Amino acid sequence: MKLRLPNCLVLLLLLITLVTLAGCHREEKLPFRLTDVSGHMPELDFKLTDDHGKPVTGADYRGKVVVLYFGYTHCPDVCPLTMAQLHVVMQRLGPLADKARILFVSVDPTRDTPPVMHAYVNAFDPRAVGLTGDPRDIEALSKRYRSAYTREPDGKDGNYEVSHSSAMYVFDSKGAARVLATPADSQDDLVHDLHLLLDNGNPT
Amino acid sequence: MKTQALLFLVTGLLLTGATHATEAEHIRASHAWLRVLPGDLPAGAYVTLENSGDQPVTLKGASSDAYANVMLHQSSNEGGMSRMAMVDSVVVPSHGTATLAPAGYHLMLMKSTHPIKPGDTVRMNLKFADGSTLATNFVARPANAVDAGN
Repeated sequence: MKLRLPNCLVLLLLLITLVTLAGCHREEKLPFRLTDVSGHMPELDFKLTDDHGKPVTGADYRGKVVVLYFGYTHCPDVCPLTMAQLHVVMQRLGPLADKARILFVSVDPTRDTPPVMHAYVNAFDPRAVGLTGDPRDIEALSKRYRSAYTREPDGKDGNYEVSHSSAMYVFDSKGAARVLATPADSQDDLVHDLHLLLDNGNPT
Repeated sequence: MKTQALLFLVTGLLLTGATHATEAEHIRASHAWLRVLPGDLPAGAYVTLENSGDQPVTLKGASSDAYANVMLHQSSNEGGMSRMAMVDSVVVPSHGTATLAPAGYHLMLMKSTHPIKPGDTVRMNLKFADGSTLATNFVARPANAVDAGN
């Protein structure tokens, strides 16, 4: 018996095929609520050390939707707040969050060794990864996304602060930069945009 | 001239007597919490201060047996850069409130004298410009807390 499909269904299937094919060549346009940086920033690439002390590159996170954030562990206020808020975002994503990673990159590699980073990121979220490494490699990653940081002068007790860009960069599962978020942006919007990427993100 | 000076002095003394209540006595502290970070990383402490008096009250800092070092700080985010700076004081307006909250004013706690874990209560003495102090219990909350949790 010959299978007969209604015309509209055939058309729909054709459309889906076309969209999927187009997706292979360039990023699918998604209705992001935050700043869409698709095509305007380089793909995720770095050579650093993760919080287990293992050398990692950007390619190791293909297949995951990545939120990249620069900070340091001796930052008592803003960094923990951002990490705590990202934890709430992950919780709101539910099981989808398993396909997402928070990459916390240290701008203070002198003090932020892999064990320090490990204890730190795990205090926030199981999907958070701490990245540290050679200061030149961290600078290269920071410059790649036009991010910046400056070590402030030492205090009386030798403690020092590091001023740093507060932006968060979101990459899709293929490593393409898609969205730029700032602390002033609403959490709902970040959850919304991550949802789009996790739902539409090409499953691995 | 001499009598005039004396008059001023007496008036001054009388006024001081009339407004004898210390700054601390006009302040009610609530939502006091601190964020516990792993190891001995510096932590932030937060509190809401309510001033029931007719005069502004100036918070100068705090001290605690639980931390060797407590500093009054302010975080800012200008031009997309997160910065932190020490501040001398935070003013609580008369019949108003001042909030020490994440990403703004906070107390930076350094070098804990003993390990502090979530759920613990940490007593801190808030210090005001007139030298008066207010003992306040801060609840220790986990690293990934976003507020006082109540």
